[in-house]
Amino acid sequence: MSIQNPLGHFVNGQGLWLTAVALSGVSSIMGAVNFVTTILRMRAPGMGFFRMPIFCWTALAAQSLQLIGLPALTGGAVMLLMDLTFGTSFYEPEGGGDPVLYQHFFWFYSHPAVYVIILPVFGIFSELFPVYSRKPLFGYVYVAVASFLIVGLGLVVWVHHIFPSGVAQWMRNFFMFSTMLIAVPTGVKVFAWLGTIWRGKLRLTTPMLFCLGGLFNFVFAGVTGIMLATVPVDIHVSNTYFVVGHFHYVIYGAAVMGIFAAIYHWFPKFTGRMPYEGLGKVHFLLTFVGANLNFLPMHPLGLMGMPRRVSSYDPEFAFWNVLASLGAFLLGVSIIPYLLNMLSSWVRGEKAPANPWNAIGLEWLLPSPPAEDNFGENVPTVIARPYGYGTGLPLVENQQSYEQALQEA
Amino acid sequence: MTNAPPSSVKLPAVVGLALAVGALIALSWWMGQQAYHWLPVQASTAAPLVDGLFSFETALGTFVFGGVSAVMLWVIVMHRADKYDESDAVPIEGNTKLEVIWTVIPLVIVMGIAVYAMRVGETLGSVGPMEHIHLAQPAEDQGGYPGDRLPAEQIEVVARQWSWEFRYPGAKVSSTELHLAVDQPVTFRLVSEDVIHGFYIPAFRLKQDVIPGRAINFNLTPTREGRYRLRDSQFSGTWFAANQADVVVESLDTYQQWLKQSASQPLQAGISDAVQQYEDRKKLKSPGWATVVPAPPPQVNVPGSNTLPHDA
Repeated sequence: MSIQNPLGHFVNGQGLWLTAVALSGVSSIMGAVNFVTTILRMRAPGMGFFRMPIFCWTALAAQSLQLIGLPALTGGAVMLLMDLTFGTSFYEPEGGGDPVLYQHFFWFYSHPAVYVIILPVFGIFSELFPVYSRKPLFGYVYVAVASFLIVGLGLVVWVHHIFPSGVAQWMRNFFMFSTMLIAVPTGVKVFAWLGTIWRGKLRLTTPMLFCLGGLFNFVFAGVTGIMLATVPVDIHVSNTYFVVGHFHYVIYGAAVMGIFAAIYHWFPKFTGRMPYEGLGKVHFLLTFVGANLNFLPMHPLGLMGMPRRVSSYDPEFAFWNVLASLGAFLLGVSIIPYLLNMLSSWVRGEKAPANPWNAIGLEWLLPSPPAEDNFGENVPTVIARPYGYGTGLPLVENQQSYEQALQEA
Repeated sequence: MTNAPPSSVKLPAVVGLALAVGALIALSWWMGQQAYHWLPVQASTAAPLVDGLFSFETALGTFVFGGVSAVMLWVIVMHRADKYDESDAVPIEGNTKLEVIWTVIPLVIVMGIAVYAMRVGETLGSVGPMEHIHLAQPAEDQGGYPGDRLPAEQIEVVARQWSWEFRYPGAKVSSTELHLAVDQPVTFRLVSEDVIHGFYIPAFRLKQDVIPGRAINFNLTPTREGRYRLRDSQFSGTWFAANQADVVVESLDTYQQWLKQSASQPLQAGISDAVQQYEDRKKLKSPGWATVVPAPPPQVNVPGSNTLPHDA
């Protein structure tokens, strides 16, 4: 972003964009208040924090990050709008401002923003691996607590985005160590998922395939993340395609694939119809191959020194760029079976039973789709942790009465 | 055998696991060696240090990624439910000992990497302090950067939208092609006349943002003769991608000769691809949105070239 206004109009593109950022900042803060309050105040009877599904833990963690981080971005955007429109000089050196300040405001939120995206996807992985492995989540308490370690650390790593900028050596070292530490709670989660599928009874359904593919991509992104955290390597590859490759592995390879897993998993609950497995698997295969073909070539490009955000590049970068473009086309094509599946399943898919995946969870004690006020007056009391696969123990008091009601319906 | 292991530990499993780990270590070492070939030629004292660290991280990363992938593959192949098997698995809820192990080991590994990287950073710093930042002088804010106030051996780098200008105040030379003497430490003074730019020479593995309102001292030592690319690495507007220059590293003799010859050249328009592209765009039937107008090509003694083949 800059405070240059080549059009010279009072109302201009950058001004509109900044207004939009400020407005969505405010709205997302309100959204975060809503999520946090709901999770803290409106849990089912008996659902203590350590009986909460991991998805709720990660949603709580992500929205806490929004609450802390977004004011910085929103304020930063407002200040830039003032510089652009009313001639203040928060960032303008001529008036005593500093453009690096904007980078700090931006990244103070925008690094945690990645965790806002990926934390709920960690929640999805933690929900789905137990269902399709028929085993409890390995180390539930550790996975839950790790979410909040990620929140705490995620707030003190932002300078790793601006290592080559005007920052002092001590900051480079401090933020390198804090960034490295994030690998630890993240590792706890990855190992917990491996522990969950280990010796399980795996069902390679579409949602499970998306989870496994997402986990694979996420671990790769973790490896390149460690490389980016080390200052000397980052000095070379920052602002190159290496960074673009890294975050696409996180955002598309892990987050989008996790979201697809969630859509296939909860589709019957949302719509009352079953999605088609065949189309789902085709969708997974195209997505997995397309994402890797699209984003892997970005790493050699960055190592060779191709800057990001360019409109053209030197001929020596053509080979990997062509491969990446082929992957991008494949990713585009991968959406076709997905849309086809969603539309046709919704219209004429097989009627979904209340609990098609034999999953444990409050939502699976309701018909598909649930009635408007889900349990109405008959809210169940939770008596166990959320992933009792293989234990044979009920999740809620009088579970049989709920299951019976579903059968009679 | 007399000293056969107890029946709970199966010998074939142990041998198999040891073989798999051995193969993974070998693969990791090989990938670490391959990593050097993914990077451009090494043309500064910083390059071997950065590449060594990257190679180490590639090897370690291969081990971690390969290990996790192997476990996943094993589970997918060996632990799939049989067709029509609706039963659950044995409910293992966790294992505190394992949690401690996979918390402490990664912690030790990443802290080890960070300490190694910090030492590399210090060495880069002793080769020449990575940066020294001070506020620009008021006189400089007027728009001029009088060369006579610079230490003679410094090279002043002026970044603009969108051209690079290099001034050699000692020799009274200016150029849009950066010339350096091989194996000679050099100090740059990086200034920007408009927005943030990035001074990035991939073959040197070094990068420093150029911040308006600041003068940043930046040191490096080129170690290999050749022609390299300097690229703007911090998005700076419409013609950002065209904001490149060539860096020529030559022997000390050739370099000094170049300085001497260049000093006698009359000032002329330097290279600015952005100006050219801006003019071309203006001729289009629909030239599109208004953009920031590129600064005129700097008046320099030597325009140089940015179309000759480059090593990296």
